[in-house]
Amino acid sequence: MNQRIHVGVFRDEASLLSAIAESQERGVRIVDAYSPYPIHGIDARLGIRRSRLTIVCFLGCLTGLAVGLGFQYWSSAVSWPVNVGGKPFDSLPAFVPVGFELTVLCGGLSTAFVLLMRSRLWPGKSSRAVEGVTDDCFALAIARKDASLPAAELPALLERHGAVEVRLEGGS
Amino acid sequence: MVLEAPTLAVPAEPRPAATPAALVGGQKSCRDVTQDICAPLERRPTGLWWAAFLGAATLLAIGVASVWYQIATGIGTWGLNRTVGWGFDITNFVFWVGIGHAGTLISAVLLLFRQKWRTSINRSAEAMTIFAVICAGLYPVIHMGRPWLAYWVFPYPNFRGPLWVNWRSALLWDVFAIGTYFTISLVFWYVGLIPDLATLRDRARGLRRRIFGVLSFGWDGSARTWSRYEMACVLLASLATPLVVSVHSVVSTDFATSVVPGWHTTVLPPYFVIGAVFSGFAMVLMLMLIARKVMSFEHYITPAHIQAMCKILVFTGSIVGLAYATELFTAWYSGSPYEQFAFANRIRGPMGWSYAIMVLCNVVAPQLLWSRRVRGSLGMVFLITILVNVGMWFERFVIIATSLQRDYLPSAWSGYTPTMVEVGALIGGFGLFFTLFLLFCRFLPMISMFEIKAVVAEAQHHGHDAKGEEPR
Repeated sequence: MNQRIHVGVFRDEASLLSAIAESQERGVRIVDAYSPYPIHGIDARLGIRRSRLTIVCFLGCLTGLAVGLGFQYWSSAVSWPVNVGGKPFDSLPAFVPVGFELTVLCGGLSTAFVLLMRSRLWPGKSSRAVEGVTDDCFALAIARKDASLPAAELPALLERHGAVEVRLEGGS
Repeated sequence: MVLEAPTLAVPAEPRPAATPAALVGGQKSCRDVTQDICAPLERRPTGLWWAAFLGAATLLAIGVASVWYQIATGIGTWGLNRTVGWGFDITNFVFWVGIGHAGTLISAVLLLFRQKWRTSINRSAEAMTIFAVICAGLYPVIHMGRPWLAYWVFPYPNFRGPLWVNWRSALLWDVFAIGTYFTISLVFWYVGLIPDLATLRDRARGLRRRIFGVLSFGWDGSARTWSRYEMACVLLASLATPLVVSVHSVVSTDFATSVVPGWHTTVLPPYFVIGAVFSGFAMVLMLMLIARKVMSFEHYITPAHIQAMCKILVFTGSIVGLAYATELFTAWYSGSPYEQFAFANRIRGPMGWSYAIMVLCNVVAPQLLWSRRVRGSLGMVFLITILVNVGMWFERFVIIATSLQRDYLPSAWSGYTPTMVEVGALIGGFGLFFTLFLLFCRFLPMISMFEIKAVVAEAQHHGHDAKGEEPR
């Protein structure tokens, strides 16, 4: 379905939030909201689910720990056991520091990587940011859910809440 | 305790309500924030910046020449001998790793504790961490004598068996601790930079726009991305917090797992970590005092920030003093003549002067910060931060050189005098650090714009009469 998206640019956070509230009341589809800084509590208003990055981070940590301890055990007790001062080959306590460092390393890298992947951010991606939204403007992108709402209603709604500019973008 | 920064204001002014307003001076709007912080990056560098940069680059050149000469000629150009096998090189290594710790503490630990005052200083403190770790990592590599074989420290498949590294060695733990610390700090810092790089991109034209376009990953400030982004920051902070404690603990095991009297103590890991935080905070405070003047960021790095950091300095400085006392007590109480001698030798031996410098700079000098008047005087605070940095360098020197100098066997005792090549390498470390930091100030936003904007927005919401979200 080819849908047209109206983007309203606001000067302050309060206008953006009131526009979001009315859009939701009237059953308008909110495509996304844009702001120069993270707005406290906007996730709940937009119904954004709590990020599952915690799970990714946990699995990354677990992988790092397993690989770290496993590799240390394999290389010092299986692949080529070397007698170091009569210590046991599988000297687990001595493997803890490196195991811990690899836990943190894998956890951190996987979190950052998945954040960028899920948010579709990558080096050199061309930006489609609404002008001013990285400075001091706020933007709301809305579209009709179905034909029951007159098309002219959308820009009017945005302007009612103080949009200084309303743009039309053909999206999908 | 010491972390109640935002409620503190300049002594002369009436005590303001505990709103984040005290943390951003003047009535700033989001546009002002963008303008103020981007402005120094978008105009030609000032004469002061050039002077500082040339100074730093000269120090770096001295370091490069010294290290070049040492690598070309051999480790014999250093003053080390068979008794004192670690000298300036490892002292510099431990010193620089320590400097890095405050950056992670400010960016990660204070994020988890929701200390809003961190927002003005976290970006540059993290940059400082990265540069300090680069400096730190160079010294062991130089110390190897054949730096082109440095990759031998990594466990990689090879045709010698494969022969693996010795996982039981504290020196190998260092490789992983420092490597992880550098990588995670870099990732955390860069993730934090992305929204601000997008701001720079949208202000720039031509080549600058294209460069920042590539670097900002196509950031568009979407609410969904922000939500995920904030979660990722909290997760990275939670990982960095135990990491920072582990790094200097691992560094301390280089000493603590040996049998040298004065090194072989269990107090060393916490002793090193708190010393690291102490010296790092002194360095951050010093850089911030310079930056707020040179870059005219007085409205963003306010007296409230300086007060808060001073309190952390006096707190950590006192713990460092306690650690020194603990060490002396343990030596005496152990009943071991070798241990007792090691400490008597530190204080009254041939290098006793370095112990005196250490105590004066690290224990006595920061105690002046209990006084509100001293904390209010920028000149005094600046002087104390320099003293603390000197003192913390000497702390590492005392631990390393005086312990090795005279251990169990009097016939093996010797002295240690650094050569000009070693002094050159020390100077070069500072040169590299300041060169990188000045380049950072010039090309990247020193203050996290989006975080300041969030603080400003919150202050506007709560108004100045309300208590606001009480920072703990």
